[in-house]
Amino acid sequence: MTNQPLTLAEKVWNDHLVAKGENGAPDLLFIDLHLIHEVTSPQAFDGLRLAGRSVRRPDLTIATEDHNTPTIDIDKPIADPTSRTQIEALRHNAKEFGIRIHSLGDIEQGIVHVVGPQLGLTMPGITVVCGDSHTSTHGAFGALAMGIGTSEVEHVLATQTLPLTPFKTMAINVEGTLRTGVTAKDIILAVIAKIGTGGGQGYVLEYRGTAIRSLSMEARMTICNMSIEAGARAGMVAPDETTFEYLQGRAHAPQGADWESAVEYWKTLPTDDGASFDAEVFLDANTLDPFVTWGTNPGQGVSLNDVVPEPSSFADPNETAAAQRALEYMDLVPGTKMKDIKVDTVFLGSCTNSRIEDLRAAAAILEGKKKSDHVRMLVVPGSARVRLQAEQEGLDQIFKDFGAEWRFAGCSMCLGMNPDQLAPGERAASTSNRNFEGRQGKGARTHLVSPLVAAATAIRGTLSAPSDLEEN
Amino acid sequence: MDKFTTFSGIAVPLRRSNVDTDQIIPAVYLKRITKTGFDDALFASWRNDPEFILNQDPYKQGEVLVAGPDFGTGSSREHAVWALRDYGFKAVLSAKFADIFRGNAGKQGLVTGEITEADTEKLWAAIEANPGVKIEIDLVNKVATLGDLSVSFAIDEYTRWRLIEGLDDIGLTLRDEDAITAFEAKRPAWMPKTLPARH
Ligand code: SF4
Repeated sequence: MTNQPLTLAEKVWNDHLVAKGENGAPDLLFIDLHLIHEVTSPQAFDGLRLAGRSVRRPDLTIATEDHNTPTIDIDKPIADPTSRTQIEALRHNAKEFGIRIHSLGDIEQGIVHVVGPQLGLTMPGITVVCGDSHTSTHGAFGALAMGIGTSEVEHVLATQTLPLTPFKTMAINVEGTLRTGVTAKDIILAVIAKIGTGGGQGYVLEYRGTAIRSLSMEARMTICNMSIEAGARAGMVAPDETTFEYLQGRAHAPQGADWESAVEYWKTLPTDDGASFDAEVFLDANTLDPFVTWGTNPGQGVSLNDVVPEPSSFADPNETAAAQRALEYMDLVPGTKMKDIKVDTVFLGSCTNSRIEDLRAAAAILEGKKKSDHVRMLVVPGSARVRLQAEQEGLDQIFKDFGAEWRFAGCSMCLGMNPDQLAPGERAASTSNRNFEGRQGKGARTHLVSPLVAAATAIRGTLSAPSDLEEN
Repeated sequence: MDKFTTFSGIAVPLRRSNVDTDQIIPAVYLKRITKTGFDDALFASWRNDPEFILNQDPYKQGEVLVAGPDFGTGSSREHAVWALRDYGFKAVLSAKFADIFRGNAGKQGLVTGEITEADTEKLWAAIEANPGVKIEIDLVNKVATLGDLSVSFAIDEYTRWRLIEGLDDIGLTLRDEDAITAFEAKRPAWMPKTLPARH
């Protein structure tokens, strides 16, 4: 053992080393938790069958249905045959290989990245993988959580390990206090706008600083969730009292004496004083505004108080060209105030912002207000449990009275694999994580926003902050 | 994965360069849920043309593809390899392969041998002079032999070793089985377990 100061990511890496790679071969890491959903797993199971292999650790594996699931009429058979086939394949595979599955209608069903933390399965210092890029969400607990491809899903099913090449580390320091109306979503959109969609490539990001420490677990998940939009392999926040408090008492969290030993270990995980990062970024929380995107990648964002940028204002010619293409697709004119942009649909949901705090925050703004006539609003809780809790708190009634549609849990309009899609040319304010061309429907236009901005926008009909409501 | 040392199969001359993975398997086939059964998807749009080589006897039974340079460019879809494999191809020879395609092929036991453009021409001519002729792929000596014509091919040593040993990535990892078991034995009891369900 050396006493060399280490970062959080390095500690988790070292503690999971099964075999050190020699002569340039990758290291072999143990995987503590493998999350599965219907889209990226069928070929992996087929591969196991072909090779006559079994799932090594069904007890470290859990499946849920989310990407294809409908958010209305969930008691009826799924209408789309391809979606139905994928879901049925997952159910069949889970049964054949002895894997726990939470199917549509089950209280633990929901978006895979909402379900893991909610059950207390996601813990500090563990390794988590899923055939889904937003696995980075789980890093909020101080876990090393990575999205993987289908071949790797098969690899983990068969061996509970993954060959991985070491990453570089980047500190994202966010100091200060967020102003009212500014949220975790705005922090991460600002970070991505700052470092770019490729800025995190090859890195594990660690979010640090007073602004991060004061965030709730759900807000930290929102931030880590979008690490992948900066190209990073993972994003992490060191565990602290907020983390422990969130975990204690959850179904799969350690209990009794186990809890004590777990906390003792978790307290050793934060980055040591004097440990060095390969790169560092600084962001001032005190001056941050609500952030929204104007373009077709999550890095194309500005303050909500700003205007649509002039493509020629970018120094890099590739960025200028990308901005030109984006503005054409988004049908926006440079110089237009972001707040003058009129939207057709507001989507409150996705693994970025569909947890109970997100719903509460939006409901608090919508309560007693009227929806803008031309806007349609969809509220899709991240899990069946979040939906139930919201109903117990009466949030569903607030959404319904406001004129929003209250749906069942799933990915929904985040990627439109189910019927929740935007029509060509339709414009949305969406609390999801990707504003790619066609992501929410063919020809659909997406502005990424926080739940607070989503709510204010649904009231005013144009991109708005809650503070704009007071001024009226 | 089966061990691959030598293999002899019907050679197919594909006189095209820059065969991208969109051509090898069009996007509409990516919605499928299996990792097998992609044989009908291979070169799907080209196969609409009755003149296309895989619609001709005896090339229909092809097992070794000899293609022009820059094979497998474009999208990273692993489905491209699955389609070639499912159709019955065991090896592809080309003057140049796209990196990702070559990586994916190595994972699935499809041999990608790099030959010179001059040798590609020679092989094409020899195959066309004798349709249905078999070509022998000797991975141990890195030589492809068709009648009296022998051409050497290149393949990276790590992949070659893996294929000869019949080790896929999973098979390789399982060589560390003891290390995995030892690691599992020392994991603390409080680490997360999905089973039994507790809620
Ligand atoms: S909500 Fe969206 S980003 Fe999250 S897992 Fe589902 S599809 Fe992916």
